Parts: sequence; structure tokens; C-alpha cells
Amino acid sequence: MTASLFSHLPALQVVLALLAAPVCLVLRRHGAAWLIATGMTWVLLAIALTLLGRVLETGTIIYSLGGWPAPWGIEYRIDLANAFMLVIVTLIGSVVMPYARASIKAEIEEPRIYLFYCMYLLNLAGLLGIAITGDVFNLFVFLEISSLSSYVMISLGRDRKALIAAYRYLIMGTIGATFYIIGVGMMYQVTGTLNMADLATLVPDLYGNRTIMVALAFLLVGLSLKLALVPLHLWLPDAYTHAPSAVSAFLASTGTKVAVYAFARILFTIFGGSGIFDDFGLQEILVSLAIAAMIGGSAVALYQSNVKRLLAYSSIAQIGYMILGLSMASVIGMTAGLVHLFNHALMKGGLFMVMGCVFLRLGSVQIESMEGLAKRMPLTMAAFVAGGFGLIGIPLTAGFISKWYLIQGALEKGWWPVVVAILVSSLLAVIYVWRVVEAAYFKPPPKGAAEITEAPASMLVPTWVMIGLSYYFGINATLPLDIATGAAETLLGGVQ
Amino acid sequence: MEFIGLINYWIVIVLMMTGFYIVISHDNLIKKIVGLNIFQVSVFVFYITMAKVKGGTAPILADGITTYSNPLPHVLILTAIVVGVATTALGLALVVRIRDAYGTIEDDEIEKQEGES
Amino acid sequence: MSVEQAIFFSILTPFVGSVLIVLTGSNPNLRETVALITGAVLFYLVASIYPAVAGGSTPSVTLFEMLPGLAIVFTVEPLGMIFAGIASFLWIVTSIYSIGYMRGHDERNQTRFYALFAVAIGAAVGIAFAGNMLTLFIFYEVLTISTFPLVTHHGTPEAKRAGRVYLGTLLGTSIAFQLTAIIWTWSLVGTLDFTQGGILDGKVGGLTAAVLLGLYVFGIGKAALMPFHRWLPAAMVAPTPVSALLHAVAVVKAGVFTVLKVAVYIFGVDFLSSIEASQWLLYLAAATVLIASLVAMKQDNLKARLAYSTISQLSYIVIGAMLASDLGVIGGGMHIVMHAFGKITLFFCAGAYIVTAHKTEISHMRGIGQTMPFTTLAFLIGSLSIIGLPPMGGLWSKWYLMLGALEAGQIVIVAVLVVSSLLNVVYLLQIPFNGFFSTSLNNPEPAAKHNHDADHDHSHDREQSQGIREAPVPCLIAIAISSTGCLVLFFYPGPVFDLMRLVMGP
Repeated sequence: MTASLFSHLPALQVVLALLAAPVCLVLRRHGAAWLIATGMTWVLLAIALTLLGRVLETGTIIYSLGGWPAPWGIEYRIDLANAFMLVIVTLIGSVVMPYARASIKAEIEEPRIYLFYCMYLLNLAGLLGIAITGDVFNLFVFLEISSLSSYVMISLGRDRKALIAAYRYLIMGTIGATFYIIGVGMMYQVTGTLNMADLATLVPDLYGNRTIMVALAFLLVGLSLKLALVPLHLWLPDAYTHAPSAVSAFLASTGTKVAVYAFARILFTIFGGSGIFDDFGLQEILVSLAIAAMIGGSAVALYQSNVKRLLAYSSIAQIGYMILGLSMASVIGMTAGLVHLFNHALMKGGLFMVMGCVFLRLGSVQIESMEGLAKRMPLTMAAFVAGGFGLIGIPLTAGFISKWYLIQGALEKGWWPVVVAILVSSLLAVIYVWRVVEAAYFKPPPKGAAEITEAPASMLVPTWVMIGLSYYFGINATLPLDIATGAAETLLGGVQ
Repeated sequence: MEFIGLINYWIVIVLMMTGFYIVISHDNLIKKIVGLNIFQVSVFVFYITMAKVKGGTAPILADGITTYSNPLPHVLILTAIVVGVATTALGLALVVRIRDAYGTIEDDEIEKQEGES
Repeated sequence: MSVEQAIFFSILTPFVGSVLIVLTGSNPNLRETVALITGAVLFYLVASIYPAVAGGSTPSVTLFEMLPGLAIVFTVEPLGMIFAGIASFLWIVTSIYSIGYMRGHDERNQTRFYALFAVAIGAAVGIAFAGNMLTLFIFYEVLTISTFPLVTHHGTPEAKRAGRVYLGTLLGTSIAFQLTAIIWTWSLVGTLDFTQGGILDGKVGGLTAAVLLGLYVFGIGKAALMPFHRWLPAAMVAPTPVSALLHAVAVVKAGVFTVLKVAVYIFGVDFLSSIEASQWLLYLAAATVLIASLVAMKQDNLKARLAYSTISQLSYIVIGAMLASDLGVIGGGMHIVMHAFGKITLFFCAGAYIVTAHKTEISHMRGIGQTMPFTTLAFLIGSLSIIGLPPMGGLWSKWYLMLGALEAGQIVIVAVLVVSSLLNVVYLLQIPFNGFFSTSLNNPEPAAKHNHDADHDHSHDREQSQGIREAPVPCLIAIAISSTGCLVLFFYPGPVFDLMRLVMGP
């Protein structure tokens, strides 16, 4: 019995979340819904860790859904890259959940709270599905499950701007997803298969086929919209700013990350990477877009007065780092991209959680209203400083590790301007982090400021867990780096 | 001749561009969703077209049927239609709430209100 | 306890001390006892490593692997031994001093002050014992960040501005230049271990080496080489013990120490001398020496003058490194010690003037030797050591620097050292001279620079004419120890010299 249950873990990883979502909907009581959602995220984390352990032990796990063998049935093929993503998503999901209870209560109207938990689980199911599936069309379905639920979660914010943000995200996101299925259709038209592993053997031989090239263009543009690569990032700042804080924390650290993974999967596993890079000019395009994101995102972040928006622009810059790493198409570069994906999820998730604590007590996340906050909420603001160090890339933070590998990758390629761009972007990060720190630590509180206390422990503890993990993996980075290197090698398997 | 043979694909392109143009150019939030639908429908047509095999019938397992259209894209597009319906429903629901909150569904007027506040 | 354990615990002790200081924060007496005990334990541990290092071995501890292939390693070699030795010894002295100063001055947030101070010392020891460039870089940044709240201790707009310059320069240069240089080195040669004779020799071409050297030297903003020196005068808004230990010893010495480490163990002296760029950096350092001395002459604020003097003296050590000769490096290493004792004495005295006479401007210090003869005498001793006159320790380091310059055939540098010493005479000796030999004018303008209220100052002016009124006793004890140190080092420079000779290999 247990043995068979174990062998179905890949399916359970997605199905459990999918099943738990309607349960929350039926229960309607937010306490019970919270309990179910929290328990479920922890179970999912345990499953993801088990899967990762098994992949590390025995190599790629192949699971055919419903017993239909590939390429007819849908196949879940879990290699290191998948397993790594599963762990990231479930880890963030399970840390955010305990935090969400208090934060959501303050930010979502009472009768809608149970909807949040339902959507959260659906979103989780979608993200896990993207990460686990080995079928390109199945990926589209999960992409839309996660996107639709995130539109709903964003629109749950109390501010009416949240509605507009959700609507714009919906339009952009749907265009992106539609582009993606156009690309899938074209690939199918030429190859007659939707299975990634199958495609990976067929597509490289078709290299130069016009339809395949156009398909790639559609796929990449579609996914770039989802992952908010400059200049397709316009939906992101509004969405993250106006969404409830727990939602921002979760989406910022998982949603775009999973899209980055899908991007790498399509580009490298299916299209075999570097051949296309060399004469298609794709590398140049991606690198320039990544640099534009890194510098542009950080520069715009400097001028934001809303800290959540500041963090959102910083996310755009950080996504640039990841795409930069991927587009190096080398093991070091890819490792840098993947490990940054993990590290940034921890740091940015933690920082958005800090903003949730601030919003809970202060009712605002404007820099001016945060003046003198460090005296009143010392632990919260200390978490912000600690997380901010990560964004800058100070040693001992996880951000340092990512930056180390990125620069090393760029040096290996001899890309000096890229090295300079990475450094400039880090220095801009010093400034935008410092603006907040100065306001909180060096300005007196505004006159007539309400007496406020520290955020409740149920929010502080998860926040610090997240920040603490980003330090742990900054000091002892061997584990994520080993996994990321393995994942990078698998993803680049088609290249070498 | 070639043009006629590819007529479905031309229709796909025309529909796609029409839908895309509507999404981009219109300020009315409902019209945007209409445009989005047209855009998606073009993709459905594209999938159905590519599944067609010349002289093929419906894919039914029966005697005498040797050539039949590829059923898989049909199945895929059923899924995509469901996703499309869900998206439209959600989009319309959002528009209803936007109208409650702002009293308008024109993008430029909403922008004006946000600028003032 | 084995030497390895001693290394491990000497890194750990200050951090543990810091936690204990926070825990005992509500009881000042207990808190300061903890600070002193931590200092004593640290010094004992560091001292217990000395025999092994002096015997020519380089004990090493590997903590764990941070990145695959790159570990956090602590290796004690002679140069690091010297740096850790003075940092830990002077920490005790400064702790004694701080007790008098911080209480006498009614500073706020004293617990935070002592706790961060301990962290900063821990970082300095970490830098001293770092076995590879990555470890060094990590502690380098810890030092920057832990000293930032000390610089902005008063929380005034001025402190905030200074804090911006401080953090911007130190963090900016280290991330932009030093980190690049480190990662580049790593990808070029695949190691970052400090190795006798350097790791780059024969592995990189001339141009690459030149660019790398530039990135390293400018990336070490703590060495305050012009044009990245602005943070040091800015940091003078900090309480005086901070200026004394951190901005005369730990932070700036961490900078020049890193320069020496890079010169000796990353490039290797022989390879360094073959790089054209080392010449340019040498002249830049020489220019820094002269310009900073000239700027120092124009400063009326005593701490600002000392800060510029420090900038100038730091470049002596950079010169020592860039001369790329054995004697030059020996001179540079010895100057770390000699300057530390001299400058900390001067800062202690400056702090004593502030806390007792509430005077920060040199022009108000005429005749101060009559009320504070002991402090002013110590100031004279410190000045003589900085200038390099016998019977003070400062003589030796200048002596070897000059020998090194001659050995390298750099007559210009010899001239610069001589001129700089003369400038030192002018801007340093003015203070004890006017203090002793010009009569107190019963200062027409009150020392309003200070944020203490005017009443306090007036009552004090009356006291001034009534005779001797010295700084609090703990301050005097600290001053006595450090100025005695200047004298002792003249007669017994042997241990320092021997250690430095070991640096250059058997």
C-alpha cells in the first residue's frame, strides 16, 4: 500500500492541492479553510522534499498519468530541475501560509477570506503542475490555472486599484498564454507530439524549419509576458503593489519564478539551446533585455515612494539577473540563474512579508509614513534591513552567492559590459534599500503618529524564517548550488 | 491556388490581428474582453485547421474508415475553450466590480479618476 | 588548548561578547565588565597563537565550504598575527577609555555602542586571520556594516550625511571593484588562498594584472587612497572611542592590511614589481601622502586634522606595499603597528579635550597644557611617534620604508617621506606647543561647537583658571598605556620586525 502510494507521489503533488481548493470553498469558514490550506502546504512540501531526495538518489523519475505511456498520455518527468522548482514553490507556500492568517484578515474583507485560501491552493496546484509536467500543452493548462487564480487573489485587495491591476494583468496574461498555445500548436503541427522529451529529440533535427522558428518566437514571447521580462513587465508593478501583502509575497517569490523555469525548459530542453543562440541572435537579444531590466528596474525603483512598488520594480531587475544567467547558456550561468531564482524567492518573499507587517500596523507602505518606524517596530524593520542586504548582495546573504556566480559566468564569457551592468545594478540596490532604511531609522516619527506595536508573532516568525533561510543559504550555499548545478546540467543536456 | 488552399490560415491571421488590435486600441473594458475572445478564437481555428486531413472523416473506430482527421487538436482545443470561457467570466466579473468602484468602464476615465485621487 | 582551537575561539569570542553585552545592557557596570573580560580573553587567545607563528608555522582552521571549492578558512600568518595582536590589545585599552568617555559625555545607546564595537573587533580579527580572499572579503563587509551604526551614533542630520558617505564609499568600492577583482582572480586561477609568493604569478598577462591590481587597490576603500578617502573625515562625527579604535586602528588598518595581503600573497612581491601599474599606484599613494598632509594643516577641528593625518599615514603603508621590495613591505607592516599606537594616543587625547574641556577646535586649545598637562604631554609623545622621531616607535617603520624606497630605487619616494615628516611636525606639534607655551586667552568665544549647553561651558571656564583638571581616570589610564606603547616600541621593535621578516619568507 505505502509502496504504491509512494509511486504516485508525483500525481499527488498536484492533485492534493487541486482537491483541497474546493474543500475550502465548501467550508466557507476562514479558520477551517486556513487550517486545511496550511496543513496541505506542509504536506506538499514534504512530498516535494521526498521527490527531490529520490531524484538525487536514483535519478529522473518518470510517471505516466493514468497509466497511459508517453507520447500518448501525459507524462510527468521529474529531474533535478523539476524537483528543485517543486521544493521552492512548496517551501514558499508553506512559510507564507501561517503568516497569511493575520495579514489576510486585515487586508481582505471578511466574507471573501475563504476565497483567498481556495485561490491560494489552486494557484499552488497550477504552479506545481507547471513545474512537474513533461507535456507542453499540459503546461499551458496549469499556467492558466495559476494565472486565473492569481488574478482573483490580486483583485481581493481592499484598494479599488487592485481591481484595475487584476484586470490589466488578466489581459496581458491571457495574451501571453495565447501566444504560448500558438507556439505549441505550431510545434505540434511539425512534430506531431506534445511530450517534452519527445520534442527534445525531434526538434533539433528540424533546426532551420521556419515553422519551428516562429513557434519558438511565440513560446518565448508568451512566457516572457508571464515572467515579466522587460519590456513586457508592465502588469507587474501594479499587481504587486495593490495585491494583499501575503499574495504579493507568494506571487513575487513563486509566480514569475515558475515562468522563468518554463522559459528555460522550452528554450534549452526542447530547443537545445546554443545552436539557436549562435545564428539567431537570440543570445544578444536576451542579454540586452536582461541588462535593460537590471538597470532599468533598479533605476525606476529609486523613485518609488510606495515601498511595495519599489520592491516590485526591484523584482523586475532581479528577473533580469535570472534571464541573464540563463542566456549565458553555460553551466555556471545557468546555475547562477537557477540559484538566484531560489535565493530571490526567499529574499523577496521575506521583504514583501515585512511590508505586510508594516501595513498591518501602519495601514500604509509609503516611505513617508514609515519614518521613525524602527523605534516602534524594531524586529520588523531589522528584517527589512537584513533582506535588503540580500538584494544588494552583501556577503553572507544568499544574494551574494547569486551575484558571485553571475559575475563568474560573465567573466568566463569575457562579457565585461555585463559585469559592469551587474555591479551598477547592485549599487543602485544600495540606494533604494537605503532610502527606506534612512526613513525608518533616522527620521523622527511624523507628528501625531499613532502608537503602534510590533507585528504579531504569527507574522514575524514566518518573516524571519524566510529571511533566516536566505542567510542560511548564503553562508552554506553548497546544497542549493549542487542541486542548481545538477539542474543546470540537465537543462543544458540538449546542448552538450 | 495556394492562397485558396491556405484560406483557413489567412482567416486565422485576420482574426488574430483584429482581436489583438481591439485589445490594444479600445478603452472600453468590455470591448477589450471581446477583442481577447476574438484573438483566442483565431487560435482555436488554427488548431482545428491543422487537424484536418484531406479526405478524412471524423475519427470514429468503424469499418471502412481509413482516413480520419487528427482528434488530438480537437481535444486540446476543448480544453483551451474551457480556459477561455473561465478567463472571460473572470474578466467580466472584474469589470462589474470595476464599474461598482469607479462608476465607469472606460479605461481613460478610470485613469483620470486615479490621477485626481 | 591547541593553536587551532585558539584561532577558532578568537574569532568567536568577540561575537559571543557582543551578545553578552546586549544581555547585560541594563546594568552598565556588569556590561562594561563583560566588555573588558571579552577583550582580555581575546587578547589572551591571540597571544597564545603567537609562539607558533613566531616559530614559523602557519596554523590553519577550515570551518566549512561556503561555495563548492571555496571554504571559510582561517590561517594565521605573521602579518595577520601583527594585525590581530594590535587590534585585540588596543581593544582592551579602548574599552577602558570608553568607560570614562561615554559616561563622562552622557552618550545615549551605550549598549548598542559596546555591542557593535565587539562585532567590529570580531570582524577585524576575522580579516586578520582570513586564509583566503573570500573569507577576508566577508569580514571586510561585516566590518563596514557593523561600524555604520557607530558612525551615525548621534543620529543627527550631520551624522546621517556622514553615514551616507561612509557606507556609499566603502560598500560601493568594495562591491564594484574588490568583488570583481576577487571573482576574476577566482575564475583565472581557480584559487583564492593566500599563498607565499602569490597566486597570480605567471598565470596572467601584464595588462590583466594591471587592471586587477587597480581593482584591488581602489576596491579596498578602507585604505583611504585618494580619491576614495572622503569617508574617513566624514566618519569623525562618531564618538571619539570609535574614531580612536576604528578609524585609527581597526577599520583603516583592515584596509591597508588587505592591501599588503593582496600585494604579498595574491600578487607576490616579485610579480608586483614587474607590473607597470604598481608604479602609478605608488605615485598616487605618494600624492595622497602630501595632499592629505596639506589638507590636515588647514583643519581647525582637531579630529578632522587627525583624520587627514591618518589618510596620509595610511598611504605610507600603501607605498610600502607598492614599492614591491622586501624592506618596503616590512616597513609597511611595521607602520601598521607604530601608527596604530601613535594615532590612538592622539585620538584619546582629542577625546579627553572634548570630554573635559569641551573643546573640539584647535584654535581654542591655546594654553590647554596648563589645565591638562598629562593629556597634552601624551599628545606630544603620540605626535613624535607619528613624525618618526626618537625615542618613539614611529622611527623604525619610517626607517624601513625609506630603506625600501632606496632598495627599489625610488628617490622621489624618499623625498616625499621626508617632506611629509616635516609637514607632520608643523600640523601636529602646533597643538602641544601652543598648549604648553602660549597663555590661555580665557577663550573669547565659547566652545559652542559642542552640543552641551552654554551654562556648562561657562562654569567650566571658571574652573579652568583654577588649576589642573584632567580627564576621567579611565581615560587617563588608557592614554598612559598607549603612549607608553609608543616608547616601548622604540626600544623593543624586535618581535614586530621578526614577524614581518617571516612574511617575506625564510
